[in-house]
Amino acid sequence: MPAPLLEVTNLAKSFGTFTAVKSVTFNVNPGEVVGLLGVNGAGKTTLLSMILGLITPDSGSIRVFGMDLAKQRLAILKRTNFCTTYASLPSNLKVKHNLRIFARLYGVKNPSRKVDELLELLEITRLADSITGRLSAGESTRVNLAKAILNDPDLLMLDEPTASLDPDIADKVRKLVRRVQHDRSPAILYTSHNMRDIEEVCDRVLFLHQGSILAQGTPAEIVDHFQEADLENVFIKVARSGEVVTP
Amino acid sequence: MNPSVILALLTRYVLLYTRNPVRLFELFFWPIVQLLMWGFVTGYLQQQGDGDFSKTISFLIGAIILWDALFRSQQGVAISFLEDVWTRNLLNVFAAPVRMTEYLAATFSVGFLRVIITSLVLALIAWTGYAFNLFQFQGWLIPYYANLMIFGWSLGILSTAMVLRWGHGAESLAWAIPFMVQPVAAVFYPVSSLPAWLQPIALALPPSHVFEGMRAAVAGKDALWSPMITAFSLNLVYLAAAGAVFALTMRSARRKGLLVKVTSS
Repeated sequence: MPAPLLEVTNLAKSFGTFTAVKSVTFNVNPGEVVGLLGVNGAGKTTLLSMILGLITPDSGSIRVFGMDLAKQRLAILKRTNFCTTYASLPSNLKVKHNLRIFARLYGVKNPSRKVDELLELLEITRLADSITGRLSAGESTRVNLAKAILNDPDLLMLDEPTASLDPDIADKVRKLVRRVQHDRSPAILYTSHNMRDIEEVCDRVLFLHQGSILAQGTPAEIVDHFQEADLENVFIKVARSGEVVTP
Repeated sequence: MNPSVILALLTRYVLLYTRNPVRLFELFFWPIVQLLMWGFVTGYLQQQGDGDFSKTISFLIGAIILWDALFRSQQGVAISFLEDVWTRNLLNVFAAPVRMTEYLAATFSVGFLRVIITSLVLALIAWTGYAFNLFQFQGWLIPYYANLMIFGWSLGILSTAMVLRWGHGAESLAWAIPFMVQPVAAVFYPVSSLPAWLQPIALALPPSHVFEGMRAAVAGKDALWSPMITAFSLNLVYLAAAGAVFALTMRSARRKGLLVKVTSS
């Protein structure tokens, strides 16, 4: 069994009286795709932000690639990348310029060639000279995904990558994520409200509720655990319960 | 610090200007308006009055051009940060392997470029419109500009820290902060014309020493190194203090989740 790529231990975070994450512990193994599922406010984005070093935890530890995030943040970030609905690439620059700039920030050798290669992989070469702010939601997601894999990350975090996409584009994005995972084998931490995303993309799911992990396992195991017909019903059951559900 | 990271960030800001005519317009509009307006006002006063206003015009034009250096330098830092907030790019930058020192160095470079470009344009207008030669200060221009730019960076860092701490509500401070300093920085009048209780405050600000030096040079007095060294020493203190405030604010922002909030709100 390889050493875990990401080790989160007893992680907790509160904002004033609101507890966003309470004593969360989990590991992600190399090449594994782990889904973070939960209603709004469950703590998914706070958790990802802590792993990216954007939010400091109140307690607990995060180790990535065997290194302590609190002490070796830059070394970790060089091998990590992310894509979130809460961030965009500068809207007034051309796609190729944005990607080349980020390639250089991540220390990618030969940024222009790398960008061309990724645009081709994601089938968006035609967008290279487009202004980023004029892209459709689907195109924008693919460009953000290109930014997220510029440095061939060993750990990739995707925060609701299919949010606000129509089912056709969402399906294409899921296929792209699978393809990227197949070709480059990064471990992926994937948050979504879309059950189909989770079922199709993730090997394992962490079901977060009120800042705690309520259940974890394969999507099928989660469904069995809650004795529901499918993942969507599990989600609704948890969301409507208002508190932690005991199956 | 990694020069390649600084250059990449700088490229992003430069592209922002070169690809956006409105930004270029904004870069030149206000300093030119101010120069023209105050130039015409003093020209009018000269026509109406009996005294010799030629030095007054020189004081004023010199002050406007040098003040713009401080303001543009502050804006280079503060507006670069705000651009990242407005374009929701802040998380992308701060979750990339970028040191805070590299980020600040890139914004300092933006300030430097803005100062050089607008100063050349203003110098040309002052030369053609009012026969004011900015280069009459010769080598002294270097300590003048260096001191004003460094103080502008310090103010820019403080403006950035405030936006980070208080969010969008504090954005107007990015423009207001230099003008909070201006009345006591002896920009358009000597320190001696300030009330006695304000003079120590003025002397504690690096720009006061620069503007006093500039006025002395225009008046034909010997330029002295000591005020420039005082200004530089004060600048080191202000820059270190601003850096410390920024580091503490950034630590607090990470603890309170403000980095995510300022981008997503």
